[in-house]
Amino acid sequence: MKKLINDGENVVEEMIDGYVKAHPNHIKALEENDRALVSAKTKDDGKVAILIGGGSGHEPAFMGYVGEGMADGVAVGNIFASPPPAPIVEVTKAIDKGAGVVYLYGNYAGDVMNFGMAAELVEMEDINVEMVLASDDVASAPKEQKEKRRGIAGEFFVYKTAGAAAEQGYNLEDVARIARKTNENTRSMGVGLTPCSLPQTGEPSFEIGDNEMEIGLGHHGEPGIRKVPLESADRVADQLLDVIFQDMAINEGEDVAVLVNGLGSTPRMELYIMFRRVEQVLKEKGVNICRSYVGDYITSLEMGGCSITLTKLDDELKEMVDQPVDCPMFVQR
Amino acid sequence: MNMTATDFTEYFKQVVEVMENEKDYLCELDRKLGDGDHGVTMSIGWQAVNEQLNNKLADETDCGKISSTVGMTFLNAVGSSVGPLYATGFMRGGKVVKGKSELNDTDLKDFWTAFVNGVQERGKAEVGDKTIMDTLIPFANRLEETFAQTNDFVSAFKEALLAGEEGMKSTKDIVSKIGRSSRLGERSIGAQDPGATSAYFILSTFQPFLNN
Repeated sequence: MKKLINDGENVVEEMIDGYVKAHPNHIKALEENDRALVSAKTKDDGKVAILIGGGSGHEPAFMGYVGEGMADGVAVGNIFASPPPAPIVEVTKAIDKGAGVVYLYGNYAGDVMNFGMAAELVEMEDINVEMVLASDDVASAPKEQKEKRRGIAGEFFVYKTAGAAAEQGYNLEDVARIARKTNENTRSMGVGLTPCSLPQTGEPSFEIGDNEMEIGLGHHGEPGIRKVPLESADRVADQLLDVIFQDMAINEGEDVAVLVNGLGSTPRMELYIMFRRVEQVLKEKGVNICRSYVGDYITSLEMGGCSITLTKLDDELKEMVDQPVDCPMFVQR
Repeated sequence: MNMTATDFTEYFKQVVEVMENEKDYLCELDRKLGDGDHGVTMSIGWQAVNEQLNNKLADETDCGKISSTVGMTFLNAVGSSVGPLYATGFMRGGKVVKGKSELNDTDLKDFWTAFVNGVQERGKAEVGDKTIMDTLIPFANRLEETFAQTNDFVSAFKEALLAGEEGMKSTKDIVSKIGRSSRLGERSIGAQDPGATSAYFILSTFQPFLNN
């Protein structure tokens, strides 16, 4: 598959280099490790710091969410692969202002091991770390095995609320509580239309026919739970929403935040057509949309398709979702 | 038998070469189960190791240091899930041969046992989960059993390698229970696990060094 790159081996380094140079007022790379980036703005002593991270290829995640009101630092991994402990440790040391650091990442075996090892290493330097794992992907495991579920686009809401809580001066325990509460109330469901391909191999990540779609696919090009004939946007949205509603009851009068997330190569036109149906269905149910987000928030290189995420909001989470954000790749006023 | 630090370093250089040669095959296996990058990941990690073997480790005579440096270098280059797994294995293996410039039968047996225990402790997978452990656990069990009877590492390793190979092949017929591929459920049947395969390559590359 065609790509605008120089050399598949250097894509991560060259991306980071370009990113840091494009946004010097927002972000800087640490000298200690070229995969460790932190906010360019100095934070007050006593503010809880937020560290995010994961593999490359999900842009704007994860480095695009470092900035005011979201994360303070990010560890960047190889394509679709968790970063090793070293950059996580360096970011932690750089962003800790004495109040501790919250690690936010998806529930993947690699991330759990690498972030876990990093947390052990920084504890020896007397930095308090709380870890919160996003697990919003309904398709990744049945409800009885909820602890096995992965994090996909819903991770965005975990960063958003935890980042806002930290900015408002919440302590370490409370920032982690907000992040966990958000994750508990977040569900995502994805659909894939076309595969992505790794820059190093150029090979498609899965095979799919012209008239087929994968329901419930992961965001690394992992195949989904079933391959079915492609249907209209409304019918697809209904199917994704049905799975979410079956998993998490959302009642009349309740508040939600909605994210219709593009996986990389799906036009905004299609994402808004999907959102249109989501809004209709929620309205019919008497559910109130407090905030809606439509666009590419957590992608999978050039994969086609999208995911729908719903987060149920109580008054506390609603306030956090509403707070302003100023990141290079995401701004909210 | 006795293995010198030079042979030990040479073994790791051979692994570098094997992983480079098998890169596409491992990616192909992974495309059926995951995101298709296992060969790329192994290549990135072992190429970083190669760099160390040719520089920092070129004249190193402490087998423990060689192994733990290999582990940490691999981890820092790849992260992912194989990073912590292999790193922990090589660090634990390195710990039991620390300070030794020559390894005898018992050292070699202890090295590989500690390696497998380290990987298992980090990843917590069991036989039948369709992972790296489907190769490593049968291998380590057979190694211990046979070595206890014969006290001969060369023959015990050969026996153990056969058990590892059987374990690797068995991953074809089982449903993935751990990691990203577990979401496939029944659809994972028929594909051999790439992690179990790369683990077998790491072990089988050691065998030629036993005949010298």
